[in-house]
Amino acid sequence: MKKYLSIILTLIMVLSLFTACSANEQQQPEPEGQEVQGEGVFPAVAKEDIKVGVIHIGNPADGSGYTFAHDQGIVEMQKALGLSDSQIIRKNNVNDTDPTATDAAIRECIEEGAHIVFGTSWGYMDTLEALAEEYPDVIFSHGSGYKSNDRNFNNYFGRIYQARYLSGIAAGLKTESNLLGYVAAMGKDNSEVTGGLNAFAMGAYSVNPDAKVYVKVTNSWYSPEEETNAAKALIAEGCDVIAQHCDTPNPQLEAEKAGAFGIGYNSDMSKDAPKATITSAVWNWGAYYTWAVEKVIDGTWNSENYYGGMKEGMIDISPINESIAAEGTQEKIDEAKSSILDGTFNVFDGVIETNDGSTVGEEGKTLDDGTITGGINWYFKTVEEK
Amino acid sequence: MNNRSHTPFIRTVKISERSSKDTLKIRIAAFVLALAAGGIFMLLLGYNPFELYGTIISGAFRSKMAFQATVKFMIPLLMSSLGVAMAFKMRFWNIGAEGQIIVGAVCASYFALFHNNWPHFLLLIVMFAAGAIGGGLWGLIPAYFKSKYDTNETLFTLMLNYIALHIITYLRDGPWKDPDSSGFPKIARFAANAQIDKVFGVHFGWIIALILVIIVFIYLKYTKHGYEISVVGESKSTAKYAGMDVKRVILRTMILSGGICGITGMIQAAGSDMTLASSVAGGVGFTAIIVSWLAYLNPFGILLVSFLFSILDKGSSVMQSAYGLSTYFASVLQGIILFFILGCEFFIRYKFVLTKKGGK
Repeated sequence: MKKYLSIILTLIMVLSLFTACSANEQQQPEPEGQEVQGEGVFPAVAKEDIKVGVIHIGNPADGSGYTFAHDQGIVEMQKALGLSDSQIIRKNNVNDTDPTATDAAIRECIEEGAHIVFGTSWGYMDTLEALAEEYPDVIFSHGSGYKSNDRNFNNYFGRIYQARYLSGIAAGLKTESNLLGYVAAMGKDNSEVTGGLNAFAMGAYSVNPDAKVYVKVTNSWYSPEEETNAAKALIAEGCDVIAQHCDTPNPQLEAEKAGAFGIGYNSDMSKDAPKATITSAVWNWGAYYTWAVEKVIDGTWNSENYYGGMKEGMIDISPINESIAAEGTQEKIDEAKSSILDGTFNVFDGVIETNDGSTVGEEGKTLDDGTITGGINWYFKTVEEK
Repeated sequence: MNNRSHTPFIRTVKISERSSKDTLKIRIAAFVLALAAGGIFMLLLGYNPFELYGTIISGAFRSKMAFQATVKFMIPLLMSSLGVAMAFKMRFWNIGAEGQIIVGAVCASYFALFHNNWPHFLLLIVMFAAGAIGGGLWGLIPAYFKSKYDTNETLFTLMLNYIALHIITYLRDGPWKDPDSSGFPKIARFAANAQIDKVFGVHFGWIIALILVIIVFIYLKYTKHGYEISVVGESKSTAKYAGMDVKRVILRTMILSGGICGITGMIQAAGSDMTLASSVAGGVGFTAIIVSWLAYLNPFGILLVSFLFSILDKGSSVMQSAYGLSTYFASVLQGIILFFILGCEFFIRYKFVLTKKGGK
């Protein structure tokens, strides 16, 4: 009896697979069939109809760090454009080293009718690229990474190195041991991390040429435990200011516990470690999200890559924590900031000495964007790997 | 047994056989209770349980894409459950499906990454065979030590999982690292030639999975090998007296069990991940243990249970984003439901008896 029942159930399942495939073909308007248009141009979408998908590696409810910063940007965009909550499809805790989970999350956004899907973490890149090909009428936008196509897949990122340079000034003025610690998500090959680290070291060097930067690599964008351990190890080496390029505020918490100081990242981490975090290099992703979704609504979106800096309002440092910052920090930072804003200073200017004795760059020139995003795989002369 | 004065007030008694009608009743009761408990949890957090449950169901079936995703969830779970069920039937506690999936995926990935210029179907067949052999050999190791030195297969298979996982990490950070990844440790995406084709929008792993259901069913039920497996499972001594080569049965069955898991790995890598990712097994090998026992090791039951699991998986993912719930909400809900469903198995096999005063 049981046997027959199971056989029948199996048959029903197999049959339903076939019928689901054929029946729904007519009923369900698929997003892929909604719009017909020419190369690279997407038609305007009514504001009340647009749907925006977001793939997060963490959970916005964490209240700090990378995912929180991205989600604040999404919320800002939502408010600026007046979208309702149901127009935002969030997929949280999507592991970016799990292509199946990534694929499922993005497809769910497409299934729910998303016109544009933002993938916020590096590891979503290949899956986004493949789905962009499969769904040419949905727009895919990838934060960090280096891939894009000339139709419906672009890349967005920001000149975080500008903020890193400024935060380096704060760290260089603060340190007493002349040892700065840096928890890095990725090793030297990764231009995003290494460029930011170098900018930080150069900022510190500009006010304190004796300060060394010790770097520890976790090999993961998001690894709470590893980040804690790296910060611990750096503090044990004698570092008294801990900066970070990783997703959680754990290095800041570790610094606070040890009576050391820190430079946060992504969002203002003085919230997490008020006694340690002097300032944070922060993203204002809302600048891009608002810009991009507005273009989708207007029908003017194209696959141009976006690389915003302080001028565009995409990057900044959080207010200096005056109770712990060294005297004169604000003035020094303001000085450098205005030269970045007016374009007289671009961080990677002129000849730069690396820690293996070679030099990068040319007198009177600055590194171009392609080199900054993909070609910085050397460490500044004050940097030491630990 | 001497009846001491401190006999517990309530005793549990094993039931030899419950009628299938009673079993069904208990199961239905457990299911209803599970939904009710989950509903209370939702109510406490301020949501309407009927709406949320509705979203789970519609989330799994509402469109062609949704249904395809549900089936995609099911494929690895179904296949690896069939794999471990073969071993469990023999009372060989194969907790190592994770590792067997991974090693199968690793072996298949070698061809996908380094021989992707071979003709498409030849390449897929070679990858399929490589997956089966890799997983089979990984299953054979604990079986060999079990039959030769009577080692504990639960620990042995479990430990092999971690070794397998580290093999992927090693390959990812070292010899197989994608040179174009700008420092990010990952293995390159497979070329289109090494990817499994889609049939009705889902990679054809679902066809292989359904065929496996039938093959495993026939193998366990109607072949001499299948009979030997159940005899060895019931009693090794009986099997020996009946003249069966117990060692041979153990080795053979574990090659098959691991082999099916290895095929799962190949299919996940080439059909879903499109690369060799450390998440290729992703816990499926452990969930498979629950699925196969819930289905009483019956292949068709496994099909049904793994389908229900995938509805829950796909549906709660939709529920999460529709209501802005945290990922943990869905995990808790799944935990509650599983607690009742697994808990009822106790009441199917045991009952409580009140101890009467004064003994018998």
